[in-house]
Amino acid sequence: MSELRKNKPEFRNINAFNDLPTYRLPPAGWVSILHRVSGAFMFLLLPFIIWLFDTSVSSEISFYKFKSAFTIGLGIFPGFLIKLVTLGLIWAFLHHLIAGLRHLYMDATHSVTMEFGRSSALFVLILSIGLTVVLGAKLFGIY
Amino acid sequence: MSVNFGSKRIVVGAHYGLRDWLAQRVTAALIALLTALILIQIIFTSGEIGYDKWSAIFSSQWMKALTFATILGLIYHVWVGMRDIWMDYIKPTGVRLALQVFTIVWLVACAGWTIQVLWRL
Repeated sequence: MSELRKNKPEFRNINAFNDLPTYRLPPAGWVSILHRVSGAFMFLLLPFIIWLFDTSVSSEISFYKFKSAFTIGLGIFPGFLIKLVTLGLIWAFLHHLIAGLRHLYMDATHSVTMEFGRSSALFVLILSIGLTVVLGAKLFGIY
Repeated sequence: MSVNFGSKRIVVGAHYGLRDWLAQRVTAALIALLTALILIQIIFTSGEIGYDKWSAIFSSQWMKALTFATILGLIYHVWVGMRDIWMDYIKPTGVRLALQVFTIVWLVACAGWTIQVLWRL
């Protein structure tokens, strides 16, 4: 290997610890990775989501159990934690849904310009976080 | 140089590109539709929503049928998404296979539970 070749910078895969903290991701990149994160999060919490559905529709008694999970708690988990996880799920669903609608819109209308990618990604981030804040305030009893 | 196009192309990945790509979008639209229908029923319910009004949303026959179809669509949707994640980040074949099997068992079990809840309403 020549001297010149040795001195050339070498780009390999992104290292999670060295490169990610300094890597500036564009808005569309944030929407993309968060689409994955939110999807995987909902996948792992499916049993909790189904438990919420089960207890909330099955009977008056189970509905009471459903409601008290958010105040008294559920087993070893305090009510506050249940609310926090539910808030996480609300965000995950909103982000996944809105980012998904963005995908469908882009596929249907061939809106693939860099400018549209950027502005629509910002729209997704602002709307999903904004709605999460509004619904989270309701969940934690602020209004 | 070897030919890498036409009938001689080297096929890599999951081998079902278009089908799963399209299925993921169709099932996504179905999930979005059910979400909208549930939201509309919540919004147009007058008064506070307790057990009766909430469970009534899922009790009507058309909602049961549509929810059932959406559950099936949902597990296919999640399967495609999770398989993409395993394919991208998990390189050892054995570990990837184990995670894929786990994903399928997890999803089928979850679908079964949800349908059980739905059909006894």
